[in-house]
Amino acid sequence: MSKLRQTPSQTVGPFFAYALTPEQYGYDFTSIAGGSLIEGDVPGQRIRIEGRVLDGKGEVVPDAMIEIWQADGEGRYAHSADPRGSNVGFRGFGRMGTGTDPQSRFIFDTIKPGSVDGAQAPHINVVVFMRGLLLHAFTRIYFSDEAAANARDPVLASVPTERRNTLIAVRDEKSAGAVYRLDIHMQGPNETVFFDV
Amino acid sequence: MTETYAPRDWSSQPPYLHPDYKSTVLRAPTKPLIPIRQSLSEITGPVYGHESLGKLDADLTRNAIKGGEPIGERIVVTGRVLDENGRPQPNMLIEIWQANAAGRYVHVVDQHPAPLDPNFLGGGRCVTDSEGRYKFTTIKPGAYPWGNHENAWRPAHIHFSLFGPSLSTRLVTQMYFPGDPLLAFDPIYMGTPADCRELLISRFMLEHTQPSFALGYEFDFVLRGRRQTPVE
Repeated sequence: MSKLRQTPSQTVGPFFAYALTPEQYGYDFTSIAGGSLIEGDVPGQRIRIEGRVLDGKGEVVPDAMIEIWQADGEGRYAHSADPRGSNVGFRGFGRMGTGTDPQSRFIFDTIKPGSVDGAQAPHINVVVFMRGLLLHAFTRIYFSDEAAANARDPVLASVPTERRNTLIAVRDEKSAGAVYRLDIHMQGPNETVFFDV
Repeated sequence: MTETYAPRDWSSQPPYLHPDYKSTVLRAPTKPLIPIRQSLSEITGPVYGHESLGKLDADLTRNAIKGGEPIGERIVVTGRVLDENGRPQPNMLIEIWQANAAGRYVHVVDQHPAPLDPNFLGGGRCVTDSEGRYKFTTIKPGAYPWGNHENAWRPAHIHFSLFGPSLSTRLVTQMYFPGDPLLAFDPIYMGTPADCRELLISRFMLEHTQPSFALGYEFDFVLRGRRQTPVE
């Protein structure tokens, strides 16, 4: 049987907020997800991840939408394809637009994911959408305080050494809580590594 | 064997850089994508079923009314979510957003001086049934001007967002209407490879048309399919 053609992607455009991130932007519609992934007393280390999206001129993008998908503190995904499943009530999905923070940051309050399969370092999967992006871009966030695990990670190993830092969120040592920062550069000398997933 | 997802068919997708659509110039990644071998991180994905829906979420003619009815032509948009092997995709969340009949988005950044409709938000969501079918009732969106080039107008469209069964199958797209004369002038639509543009156009269907109520349009989605991969 011949395969059907995959539906082409089109840009998310500038006006997604009242449907995809309505509560964050103050619209009268419920959100399925937001910037906080923490529900109840889910176990795990509380962390914050924040960053900006920058265009080819180095200017901040105030109309991007960032989605994150991650495992729980023990590296389990809340999905049927993960035979272990997550049993801690952690859904693992966050979504935030860059249009409400005064510095146009995305800010996620979540827990630090565990290693998914023993081989991969703790990481968060990221999907980037914005006006001017005809199809979404996949990237990942790793953690600067996981140097040993990062050194063994097969995905990081597939990335040219000089570009690996574009995927590693840096822990802010001055912050009382665990805050990690990573900007997403669409272009330029620090262009973020995007994956063909 | 483990189940992964067939690659994106790049021949059916628009490129990142499409200079006629000016915003791509500073926002398109310039370096080649790095291939990733799918792991649990890519074959899992967010799960939102029927429990995540409000009662009126799929009816945009009712989900934001404030004592009146939205202005415009009522339409039904329905179809199926399939994978490229033709397999229906049940229990999949679909989110939509659109302009009102006058071509105005509720979003505060939209400065087009067309009227807002107090009874219309333009956002909705539903979950596919056991055969992969979905159905929205809404108002036909209007065309609207934008700043891409002199006298630029977007053809009428509805934005769609689907997760599919995994992170790999994520899809955000736009559905257009048959016979729209603006399509040929729209760099977003025209950025799609020529032989796949029709995949973005809905079909008018009398069988989905509700007598004395709403015209029916059909639009199917095709997501990446599953494939068997030997475990290394």
